[in-house]
Amino acid sequence: MIVHSTIAVAMSGGVDSSTVAAILARGTSGAGGVSVVGLTLQLWDQTRLAGKHGIPEAPKAGRCCSLDDVYDARRVAEHLGIPYYVVNHEERFERDVVRPFVDEYLHGRTPIPCSLCNNHLKFDQLLQTARSIGAGRIATGHYAINEYDNGRGRWILKRPVDRAKDQTYFLFGLTQEQLSRTLFPLGRMTKPEVREVARRSGLALAEKPDSQEICFIPGGDYKQFLTAYLEEQGEQFPETAGELVASDGEVIGRHEGIFNFTVGQRKGLGVASPSPLYVLNIDPANHRVTVGADAELASRTLRANRLNWISIPELTAPMRVQAKIRHRHEPAWATLEPAGDDEVIATFDEPQRAVTPGQSAVFYDGDEVVGGGWIKSANCDTMRHAQ
Amino acid sequence: MRRVYMDANATTPLLPEVMEAMRPYWMEHFGNASSIHLHGQQARKAVDHARETLADFFNCHAAEVVFNSGGTEGDNTAIFGLLHPGDHFITTSIEHSAVLQAAERVARRGVETTFVAPQASGLIDPMDILRAIRPQTRLISVMLANNETGVIQPVEQIGKIAADTGVFFHIDAVQGAGKVPIDVRKIGCHLLSISGHKMHAPKGVGAMYVRKGTPVESLLVGGSHERRRRAGTENVAGIVGLGKATELALHSLEDGTMARVAMLRDRLEAEILRLPGTGVNGADGDAKAVPRAANTTNIWFDQLEGEALVIALDLKGVAVSGGSACHSGATEPSHVLMAMGLDKTRARASLRFSLLKTATDADVDYVLEVVPEAVEHLRSLSPVAAGTAG
Repeated sequence: MIVHSTIAVAMSGGVDSSTVAAILARGTSGAGGVSVVGLTLQLWDQTRLAGKHGIPEAPKAGRCCSLDDVYDARRVAEHLGIPYYVVNHEERFERDVVRPFVDEYLHGRTPIPCSLCNNHLKFDQLLQTARSIGAGRIATGHYAINEYDNGRGRWILKRPVDRAKDQTYFLFGLTQEQLSRTLFPLGRMTKPEVREVARRSGLALAEKPDSQEICFIPGGDYKQFLTAYLEEQGEQFPETAGELVASDGEVIGRHEGIFNFTVGQRKGLGVASPSPLYVLNIDPANHRVTVGADAELASRTLRANRLNWISIPELTAPMRVQAKIRHRHEPAWATLEPAGDDEVIATFDEPQRAVTPGQSAVFYDGDEVVGGGWIKSANCDTMRHAQ
Repeated sequence: MRRVYMDANATTPLLPEVMEAMRPYWMEHFGNASSIHLHGQQARKAVDHARETLADFFNCHAAEVVFNSGGTEGDNTAIFGLLHPGDHFITTSIEHSAVLQAAERVARRGVETTFVAPQASGLIDPMDILRAIRPQTRLISVMLANNETGVIQPVEQIGKIAADTGVFFHIDAVQGAGKVPIDVRKIGCHLLSISGHKMHAPKGVGAMYVRKGTPVESLLVGGSHERRRRAGTENVAGIVGLGKATELALHSLEDGTMARVAMLRDRLEAEILRLPGTGVNGADGDAKAVPRAANTTNIWFDQLEGEALVIALDLKGVAVSGGSACHSGATEPSHVLMAMGLDKTRARASLRFSLLKTATDADVDYVLEVVPEAVEHLRSLSPVAAGTAG
């Protein structure tokens, strides 16, 4: 029943995934037996919280799951002559992405829903859905390269040609099975090249701007979202007001709630100070937010757990890697060591600024993604904020 | 690849005779039926002829037939046209959204609605309608045959209740028309709506029966068309098509076509039900106890996602629809199945097979080749352990 040569393209209505559909559809003449099906994952109802607590009413175009984007994706599929379906996974998305997002914030961490979405929806659910309709493989518009390395007997994930669009940071969770069934046709193209292909393929949306924000938070204000979501769920917004302390423990003020802060944040601290202050640490149990000088923001080590390994089966001995602690961060040299069950410690050569629990730590060996995990804690130079 | 269309309840193709009957009215006999000259007269003649066919079909007078744009318009007209602030409206929770949303809208003008729930079998109990009647009740609206399950409602009994209590009675016969005989005098309804594209006429045309003397206000104003009951230049070609389709439907109701379709549907249903973890929505222990349109079977499949099955079948050439509909980008499980007491999971795992009256044994054979394989494949991928109750 599974036709291994049928590929399901995940289509968001954006230029990247539309171009992938064009590349694959045009490249298949049916002679090789490969056929292409377009799928849009309906993950979040944009109208659900619209208008509440300042959340914008009409989502702008370029927002996943808006009617406009589904329309765009469908028109591309119609233009390319491929079958197209919208598949609803709103429940799973809420359970596996939105809810954890909310919980992370309320626990003083700064979450990345996009990595969770990739793990659970884009690569797990989508692959399942694809298989259930008879497509053995999926293709997405992510800028990444995957290839099989015979020598090591493993699927390898590498940074793409267009470094500025590198999305491998969000893909560290992909398993070997998932990598073996996924195509990333844009990995060796630059964004301008992709737009050019879109134009040549006659796609009307070749100039459509890229969506930059978290897809389920129109307007980007996560506090509005948290407020509106919890209210809708009939849940109390937890009271997390507490003390603002300096790094030596001295109480220097009060804050309204830990979710207002993220490590490295400078604005909105509500404390007057001769020199700039930054959030160093958030203690959810005691509702305490520690602030300090810029120099104190630096950490030499981090602990990461819930790991996934790609270029290696597992980490058994110390390894030199370049580690990325945020999407917009230049990978920094570090030594990676196993540290117990499903945990590693990365010790940076140079202290890194604002290592933030809740973000991912992704480890590279040159262009290859060695693996990654979720930042559990950061230990700074002076070991004052060990958790 | 062979394609078999089993989604007749969504829409149907024109029959060749319908297409032929309509042909002259696009470019040759294109006149406005209201014009005085020859061109107008030709158009008027065609509309009158269609009107008389509809009158035969409904068993009413030609003057009681109103042409419009389709079932939604008919449903909306009955509700918006009859109900005033302070009135009470009785309908069911399994009606089409054209009725349900109209009810929501009239709530704004002070009309309260009682939504009678069906039994698990999908049948409405007329006693529940009777019990809901109040002094202010002005209108009852119940569908003849349900679009999702095919279940045929006891409209004659409801007609008697309406007559006894002096309440107007509208029937949404969009699905029932052409599948089940309609006799408005026997039923005792005041209004009835049908839709062309469900019975091999074009999309965008429909008709209503409006009993003489029923004070239903026109939804559309701007002309005295249809005896001031529905303004707008007549869709002559569409009306001609509807007339022809109705003529053919009358034949089909009498010449054994529906019996043949029922046999095909029964065979399809029986074979699919041999798969473990399946059952019919719109049955009552002994399935024969629940009257259903001859062409419809709505079947739940445990341990799979209905959406995935619909897509998998489509990719294999079989067109059916699922227990959910896409409304504005969000997918809701069928309100009909939920009203019947089905849980959300089963509602989402239900598929509707609705045969065209032109369906053949070969069609059924092909579907029976494809469905069990698709079901098994989906179940083999499901993380839910086999044998778990739905």
